[in-house]
Amino acid sequence: MKPVRVLIVDDSSVMRKIVGRSLRQAGLEMQEVLEASNGSEALTVAREHPLDLILTDINMPMMDGLEFVRQLRRIEAAKDIPVIMVTTEAGEAHVVQALSSGASGYIRKPFTPDQIKERVIPLLRG
Amino acid sequence: MDQTLKAEQARVEIHLSARAASPGSLAAGRPSGETRSQGREGWRDVLAKAACEVFEIMVGTSLGKVTEDGPHIVADFTAMVGIAGSLCGVLSLRTSSEAARRMAAGMLGIEEAGVGENVQDALGEVCNMIAGSFKSRIPGIADTCALSVPTVISGKDYTLYSLASGEHYEVIFSFEGKPLSVTLDLHG
Repeated sequence: MKPVRVLIVDDSSVMRKIVGRSLRQAGLEMQEVLEASNGSEALTVAREHPLDLILTDINMPMMDGLEFVRQLRRIEAAKDIPVIMVTTEAGEAHVVQALSSGASGYIRKPFTPDQIKERVIPLLRG
Repeated sequence: MDQTLKAEQARVEIHLSARAASPGSLAAGRPSGETRSQGREGWRDVLAKAACEVFEIMVGTSLGKVTEDGPHIVADFTAMVGIAGSLCGVLSLRTSSEAARRMAAGMLGIEEAGVGENVQDALGEVCNMIAGSFKSRIPGIADTCALSVPTVISGKDYTLYSLASGEHYEVIFSFEGKPLSVTLDLHG
């Protein structure tokens, strides 16, 4: 698998670091890791950088993860980027809402590197 | 979560109430009388399991459960997450600065000396994940209530007035030899 360019979106800098470390532990070779602390910042990054993968929280100030993905899918260059929601909200309705907004997958916090691997690798191969 | 802060010299009084957080449509609805009064006998254990799961996976350390009531904790840090919807209240996590630093170091996989400003952030995230894990373990509430973003208070000299004047569940743990309290206060 080729090295990937990843955007990690979370209002917690600690969680952004943990997600990045988990991706590396999952065996992902990363060419570039970009970070954003809310959906609005993430949209700016996505417009300016080519990306292979996005992992985003849902509950964030300014713009939440659901609205971020909805707006991301309207950007021609970004509409096919795999987006995984990484969040504490794990109810079935939340998962359905995330997938309907345009997310490609869903991971519940707390998560293990194995869970990241299970969800991420198939999306990058697909 | 609404917060009213009253500064009285060095003392702070904090009034909390939880309201619907995003996604708003999922936070609607009230519990039935039956839901409210029945089946909560095991919630303290559920709270304990949620906290243990988060610490084992994210901090890399097992929590030791102390006693039913445990020692009185004078916390340097208090993290809180509001719960709103079919269940309304506040989940809080209180511990010492030493335990909080160790927690942040465990999460980041670094030495304690390097955690810096990440302590509050880490504590808030742990509290948030415990609230999420607790919610996912109680049938019927995962989709009908939402969590607020975490709030973290630094310092010992404050009084917390929670408007959640109903049920109270608390578990005292030992985290690397330091006491740590996880509390759930629900609206009556």
